[in-house]
Amino acid sequence: MSGILAGLPAEGLALAYLVAAALFIHGLRGLTHPRTAARGNRISAAGMAVAVGATVLWYDILSPGLLAAALLVGAAVGAWLAYTVESTDLPQLVGLFNGLGGGASALVAGAELIEATRATGAALPADVTVAAAVTGLVGGVTFWGSLVAAAKLQGYLETPITYRGETVVKAVLVLAAVVAGAVLVTGGLPASWVPAYWAVVAAATLLGVLVVVPIGGADMPVVIALLNACSGLAAAATGFVLDNSVLIIAGTLVGASGFILTVVMCESMNRSLTAVLAGGFGGSPATGAAAEAYDAPVKSTSPAEVAMLLEVADRVVIVPGYGMAVGQAQHAVAELAALLTDDGVEVVFGVHPVAGRMPGHMNVLLAEANVPYDQMAELDAVNPTFPATDVVLVVGANDVVNPSAVTDPDSPIAGMPVLHVWEADTVVVNKRSLSPGYAGIPNPLFTADNTTMLFGDAREAMQALVTAYEDTR
Amino acid sequence: MALVENLTLFVLAAFLGYEVITKIPATLHTPLIAGTNAISGITLIGSVLVAGAGETGLATALGFLAVVMATINVVGGYLVSHQMLSRFRGRGD
Repeated sequence: MSGILAGLPAEGLALAYLVAAALFIHGLRGLTHPRTAARGNRISAAGMAVAVGATVLWYDILSPGLLAAALLVGAAVGAWLAYTVESTDLPQLVGLFNGLGGGASALVAGAELIEATRATGAALPADVTVAAAVTGLVGGVTFWGSLVAAAKLQGYLETPITYRGETVVKAVLVLAAVVAGAVLVTGGLPASWVPAYWAVVAAATLLGVLVVVPIGGADMPVVIALLNACSGLAAAATGFVLDNSVLIIAGTLVGASGFILTVVMCESMNRSLTAVLAGGFGGSPATGAAAEAYDAPVKSTSPAEVAMLLEVADRVVIVPGYGMAVGQAQHAVAELAALLTDDGVEVVFGVHPVAGRMPGHMNVLLAEANVPYDQMAELDAVNPTFPATDVVLVVGANDVVNPSAVTDPDSPIAGMPVLHVWEADTVVVNKRSLSPGYAGIPNPLFTADNTTMLFGDAREAMQALVTAYEDTR
Repeated sequence: MALVENLTLFVLAAFLGYEVITKIPATLHTPLIAGTNAISGITLIGSVLVAGAGETGLATALGFLAVVMATINVVGGYLVSHQMLSRFRGRGD
């Protein structure tokens, strides 16, 4: 039995893969602007359809029924998850999808080795076994690391778990994976391939769990980006195992994307990747400490007072943080921004790259609430504009607006790029309490002369503010 | 020679990826992750080959599971990305 297209020359399949790779690249280029991004995503999906379709039609598929069943089950589950997800749960869903891709790569390499062991008595070429070992390691780490990261984002295991000798344990596991990988590559005997491969996967499993477990919830943007890179590299490594061009090209593009995002996230926190991976940051015992950390008085305000400030403002910058996502306040915030815009006030959203739990998290929430993308400004664009801003409204953000990063060289966040909100005329900070943010340090912004605090749940406070502002019109 | 050819693709794709991805604004980083995530599901091709060609029960079972997982990754990733992107609108739109 042969595939439907199997009679065509062999170059045909390679050409289909070339078309798919070109569509992936063209699709990614679409993502360089919000206007063309949705089209880019469709082009990329078309590339996937071409690659998968050509493969299915080309090859001798022994059990088309089984294959169709697997494709249908996967598509149904994927579509169900994508359509039912709440916007607050997006980060963990993306993490979960990512893990599944990595896991699939690891299983493919394992199955390929089982087949090769059965089919041939001769040794596999070293490049195949090396690539299989890499796939097993990266795929295993991606799968289990993503599951733990998704659990953390869902609210389980959120506090970092640290223990003595953490580095030693991780080093031993890496060594175990390398040794098992070396047995796989140099063992020579087909009988040793499969057990050696699963030993690599087992070590990768433990490693994936133990690498992510000590990392705090708010460092998840880095972890998600890094695991994104890993799933790409796992796919590229599978491409080396199967000698498949489109797997290598697509996997490498994803790997590049993940690494660039990882670097952007680390630079936005002024922390090295090793420091983030060492974990233990956040969830520190200082979390309980509240007002006693402040020696200057904190001025608290009311929605009515803030509404009066907004009424006379010409330029307002809104700084969203994770608190906005937790409180589901994006719709109320967007409503306020729309009212202000209607009244001729210039409204800009100042978005810090690490605000939220994944890169670009705030932008997605704001877009969902119908905030136009041209109202969202990045850190470098918005920072020079604060001296010319009348009111800054900080909604559920803390560390990303902490002046200590600029003024105190001994601060844990010294050197981290922050939004210079204190340069505006007036700053209104909405927070539930004075408790410190993720970095576990007090924020001098809260006691600054031009700052007032609007205490309360983000959504309730923003809805009260919308009502109060409507009363002033 | 296959290894060298594959390495060539890998290195060129890495440079190309760097050039394209660095031009993508931070605003779109979540859909970028979801979309590239779906692309990494290209490993589905490998799964299809293994699931289809598998002659031993274990390899077929692993291949079947891999196809299911990779398809969830591909279909879910593109749909989530699409839903997010369809909400991004400019002031004039």
